[in-house]
Amino acid sequence: MTEVAFLLNGTPLRLEGQPPTRTLLDFLRETKALNGTKEGCNEGDCGACTVMVTDENGPRALNACILFLPQLHGKAVRTVEGLAAPNGTPHPVQSAMVDHHGSQCGFCTPGFIVSMAVAHATGRTDHDTVLAGNLCRCTGYAPIIRAAQAAETRPIPAQMTQDAFILAQISSEGSGEADSLPAPQVTGAYCPDNSDDFASWYLQNPDATLIAGATDVGLWVTKGLRDLPKPVFLGQMRDLQQIERGGGQIHIGAGVTIATLRSTLQHSHPSFAELLRRYASEQVRNAATIGGNIANGSPIGDAPPALIAMGATLHLRCGDDLRTLPLEDFFLAYRKQDRKASEFVAGISIPEAVPALRCYKLSKRFDQDISAVLGAFNLTCAEGQITAARVAFGGMAGTPKRASGFEAALIGQSWSLESITAALPALADDFQPLSDMRASAGYRLQAAQNLALRYFHDLNGTPVSVLEVAP
Amino acid sequence: MSLGKSLPHDSAPLHVTGAARYLDDIPLPAGALHLAFGLSSCAHGRITALDLEAVRAAPGVVAVFSAEDWPDMPDCSPASQDEPLLAVETVHYSGQPVFLVVAETHLQARRAARLGKISYAELPALLTIDQALAANSRFESGPVIWAKGDAARAIAAAPHQIEGSFEVGGQEHFYLEGQIAAAIPLEDGMHVLSSTQHPSEIQHKVAHALHLNMADVRVETRRMGGGFGGKESQGNALAIACAMAAKATGRACKMRYDRDDDMIITGKRHDLRIGYRAGVDASGRILGVAFTHLIRCGWAQDLSLAVADRAMLHADNCYHLPDIRIESHRLKTNTQSATAYRGFGGPQGLIGIERVMDHAAFVLGIEPLALRRQNFYREREAAVEASGGDILAKMKAETTPYFMEVEDFIGHDLTAKLEALSGYQARRQAVADWNAASPILKRGLALVPVKFGISFTLTWLNQAGALVHVYQDGSIHLNHGGTEMGQGLNQKIAQVAASVFGVGMEAVKITATDTGKVPNTSATAASSGSDMNGMAAQQACETIRDRMAAFLAGKHGVEPASVRFADGVVRVAGEVFGFAQVAAWAYQARISLSSTGFYATPKITWDRLRGRGRPFLYFAYGAAVAEVVIDTLTGENRILRADILHDTGSSMNPALDIGQIEGAFVQGAGWLTTEELVWDAKGGLLTHAPSTYKIPACSDRPAVFNVSLYDQPNREDTVGKSKAVGEPPFNLGIAVFYALSDAIAACGDASRYPDLDAPATPERILAAVQKQRHV
Repeated sequence: MTEVAFLLNGTPLRLEGQPPTRTLLDFLRETKALNGTKEGCNEGDCGACTVMVTDENGPRALNACILFLPQLHGKAVRTVEGLAAPNGTPHPVQSAMVDHHGSQCGFCTPGFIVSMAVAHATGRTDHDTVLAGNLCRCTGYAPIIRAAQAAETRPIPAQMTQDAFILAQISSEGSGEADSLPAPQVTGAYCPDNSDDFASWYLQNPDATLIAGATDVGLWVTKGLRDLPKPVFLGQMRDLQQIERGGGQIHIGAGVTIATLRSTLQHSHPSFAELLRRYASEQVRNAATIGGNIANGSPIGDAPPALIAMGATLHLRCGDDLRTLPLEDFFLAYRKQDRKASEFVAGISIPEAVPALRCYKLSKRFDQDISAVLGAFNLTCAEGQITAARVAFGGMAGTPKRASGFEAALIGQSWSLESITAALPALADDFQPLSDMRASAGYRLQAAQNLALRYFHDLNGTPVSVLEVAP
Repeated sequence: MSLGKSLPHDSAPLHVTGAARYLDDIPLPAGALHLAFGLSSCAHGRITALDLEAVRAAPGVVAVFSAEDWPDMPDCSPASQDEPLLAVETVHYSGQPVFLVVAETHLQARRAARLGKISYAELPALLTIDQALAANSRFESGPVIWAKGDAARAIAAAPHQIEGSFEVGGQEHFYLEGQIAAAIPLEDGMHVLSSTQHPSEIQHKVAHALHLNMADVRVETRRMGGGFGGKESQGNALAIACAMAAKATGRACKMRYDRDDDMIITGKRHDLRIGYRAGVDASGRILGVAFTHLIRCGWAQDLSLAVADRAMLHADNCYHLPDIRIESHRLKTNTQSATAYRGFGGPQGLIGIERVMDHAAFVLGIEPLALRRQNFYREREAAVEASGGDILAKMKAETTPYFMEVEDFIGHDLTAKLEALSGYQARRQAVADWNAASPILKRGLALVPVKFGISFTLTWLNQAGALVHVYQDGSIHLNHGGTEMGQGLNQKIAQVAASVFGVGMEAVKITATDTGKVPNTSATAASSGSDMNGMAAQQACETIRDRMAAFLAGKHGVEPASVRFADGVVRVAGEVFGFAQVAAWAYQARISLSSTGFYATPKITWDRLRGRGRPFLYFAYGAAVAEVVIDTLTGENRILRADILHDTGSSMNPALDIGQIEGAFVQGAGWLTTEELVWDAKGGLLTHAPSTYKIPACSDRPAVFNVSLYDQPNREDTVGKSKAVGEPPFNLGIAVFYALSDAIAACGDASRYPDLDAPATPERILAAVQKQRHV
């Protein structure tokens, strides 16, 4: 019985008997001897294992080290070995990297090449963002960027579009539907293709391990060396990957990736979209889902504090029962959420526009870092008075949390630096942050208070972002 | 002539296609086994019980070893026999290997290694500088003190005194390819593959562990996925473990650290606290200076003494300091054993004197570059000119704190050129104007010059060998003792070979470094790789070329010196022959077409106990202007622009050299900004993966990044008159630190010099800003 089927460098593969949590990286290196794809960290932070994965939405870069084989079902994988033309002509980014001296030790290079080739195929020229998930210790990146820029205008080689073409052919040979390939049948794992089936199955299997993008669960395997009980791969449930607008709200399915969310909200929610630009890395955003980000219950979470400040509503499902609640009520305590056995995050709704929302992420490194503090501010003013306040923080407590005391201290006050300054002590009552390797408690509290001041300056048009300073 | 050309890295076409093979990509014989260490979770303690039952019973486990299995425990230290492969009775840091698992697969070995139960009787753990100082826990009996003149008197007599103290953090190498080794037992000994900068050291340590002669052990290194000093000694443990397990099982064994294990087990750059006190006159001349280096060396000696020495040797940087005292404490702590890292202590020394310059400029209100210039070493040519060509003035070059004459100083000219190239003076004003109008964001600008000494301070290491064969078809097989870690060493040396023979690069075959071909090599370290191995290879090539020339000259009845090798042909007596043709004739004429080459760095003498001599053949110079912006509300910061002028002598390959400079600058800036190592109260390293330890990412490079080469020949007789480039430009990153300090100084009322520690994380910057504002 065929279990998982995908294209590997243009060749159809049908795999049987692979453990459901075997990573693509191990499969490539240990089984296929495709050694160009490297292991640098085995946790999705360095990008040395980057591969190109194409599906009906086009190509994207993913980290092979935290990508389980069943997640690839029905897709096409292209590794660094599969980027040159069949006659050996290098891909334009490969030639450019040689010409511009973009490799030194070369170990990170295959990952960079794949990220660059995907960007080249999709017309992306925001290289710093595209490559934030690829670490290089040798070059200082300058020659890599020169190479990426040099390749921008070169034509996309035929082999780069071949995967989408073959996938389209395969599906037209079937029922003609894009998702006609039957869901994978993996021994020891469940791969539902719709949320109704999954909801009823989950009722019977409350101890299952839910896997969407695997950007966190992947580490349970590669770093925690855990055996996952009853893994369920949620990626085939197209009905949870929809974004719909209605009633002044945007309804986002739990299976929507952070990358899709970012591009969808780029214009309507610019500050949130900019925050999502700094959410992990391109490869992680391409895999991670908003549902996973929320259900994971991280005290930082990046998106949840911003969503709380927007006034987002969470949709949970258990069997056929649906319930909704304000997102802030979902997070009960450190790693503890208001989620019953067999209940799962189905989606989230946010207002169509939140003009006063500003999201501020503080971390040691701008890109691909976990926040020390994430502050999200959304004040409503009328005639110079603050009439409503939604302020939430990540990294300040055991959960993403509203600054209720601070909000209360603001409401009814004038929109001025003085009244915000006067409310700052309330933040110290709202939060008793911890010290860890990212920041001390003292810095967290001080910076959180200063972010409130930044919000005022920001809305008043004073430059507050070092990212926006021109050299 | 290939030398001096900007050729790409020889492996670039392989890198970009994924075809370049690293050790983990090389197929091993069937039945190869995989290794993992079980680690201590206690920073200091006696092992009271070691229960390995579950480890032995785990799937795929073939063997498990601990101290009781190996009474004659192999040692891994490069220096002093103080690093047992596996802990014997006592653990000395959290992360120390305690037992070794041998299993059928890498994953099985890793899984099994977590099942060991180790019980400890905890002993007091010395984790910090202060704890080690209080306990007088150190390597050597007391601090090392070098003095020149009378610093205390000069400081006391000076019109102004400044003093301060700051912390400088360590740095994880974060080579993208983690530590890895493999051992294949053969009938004639042990064949070891190792990702190492020092194959001869691996050979020596493996032979010692197995009680074999060095001739019984062959070590091969094709390439590393980055080294940066982290593979000078830290690969010993893996190679020895593989060799021991291969001997015990008769099967090939491979060991590859998972990234977290790598960061938890291996040593890093030395962190330290620098105390300084200086006396300055009104013109900004430093009359006397005293430094205290409190260096955290970790649990074992490793290379720490030489690293700490080099920090002392760079306490002067570009400045003539007639009265100076440097006191260096090499503290022994229950942490990872700090090791070599690009610069090898030099950057730690250099950042101290730059602090003094910066601090003095602030206090005296003198423009910092002007103050630095006040204190520069004299340029010899300029001194001669000023004295009207007086030969005595020429002979009286100023000396370093260790009494070496600085004969080749070019700092005045180099910084003047960079000052102009970067528009430094106009930009200082522009920064001040911008800051006056910007309440929240502040810019800072700094120029830092660099002088870095080239040669190993352990004199006998300054030797290199090469082995070159010319085959009868004219192809050239090139071996040398250096290792390739990305720096392009092989390409540079191939350029040397191609230039000597006058052939194209395609004729030169680059091969893996192999202890069976070139013996008794030094580590590829101290930036010396191309200097030393290039000279050795050049000599080997010249020996063969001279034999070919003599043969051909004899045949044509002309002088050998008249035979010319260029453009792939050999010209003799008006005739032109292909190089391959000449090689074939020479072979048929029974001329030896193989030769070794050898180089020993001349002129150097060094007495490290007294701190006197000429430890370096020459100095490499450079300077950087960095401009930054900080957010005074959060401490967030950005490098806006960097302008660099760097001295590589007559570059052997400008493209590769510029690559080294760009990469080194960003790595140096990372050391002082985002890269923070954090340990918990029990000595456990908290930042042991890229999720928590942040090396610079793509967008952290300067938005505007101008790098130029100074392009003047080395005064010393080096290969092609080039200069070493691996480490010197790392120091240029220090400009970022002082630019950040400059931005902080723009906050508040300018009544105090900023109190900034490194790494300058947003948290440390905010703290310094708050102090500046008396918050």
